[in-house]
Amino acid sequence: MSSIAERRYRAQILILSAVYATLLFGASYVFKHQLVDGPTACLAAVLPALPIIGIFVSIGRYLVDERDEYLRMLMVRQTLWASGFALAISTVWGFLESFGVVAHVEAYAVAILWFGGLGLGSVANRLTFGQDEGRGQ
Amino acid sequence: MKNRLKVLRAERDWSQSDLAERLSVSRQSVNAIETGRYDPSLPLAFAIARIFALPIETIFTEE
Repeated sequence: MSSIAERRYRAQILILSAVYATLLFGASYVFKHQLVDGPTACLAAVLPALPIIGIFVSIGRYLVDERDEYLRMLMVRQTLWASGFALAISTVWGFLESFGVVAHVEAYAVAILWFGGLGLGSVANRLTFGQDEGRGQ
Repeated sequence: MKNRLKVLRAERDWSQSDLAERLSVSRQSVNAIETGRYDPSLPLAFAIARIFALPIETIFTEE
């Protein structure tokens, strides 16, 4: 059984993911058809980032709202894995890019890495605390 | 830390879910504590002691 905070968190993630897909599709459409420029283009480009930021806020809120200390500890471990993974990969990539060894990668890839790291954290939780204890995202 | 949670639960014929409900925590939490994979905080350990009406040191012992 999941906690109230966990159910709220999962609902928020689903809604924010849907909003992200919609805004990304919309932004891609207006840029593809050159419907925006100047400050409007800047706004349209930033819009898909907002639900991603919302997901970060949701995770923070979950950690504050979760009354079950064990579930909270599992999520803290997941976010530590995510942060370590994203920072390590982006640091290595940054140096490789600086010395011209690899191609440029957009900065938002760090967020993608971070979400991938949450998955790694979930696997690590399962390995450390048992089969039932790894948390999804 | 070792604990007698499983024995105390069995004496009262409580499932992990029963104890979890009494503690207002998840069943996973009870399972993790019971199997020694997670040591509870002091407030949670006191809550467990209160529910079993026993001193904390008779439930939890150092390894």
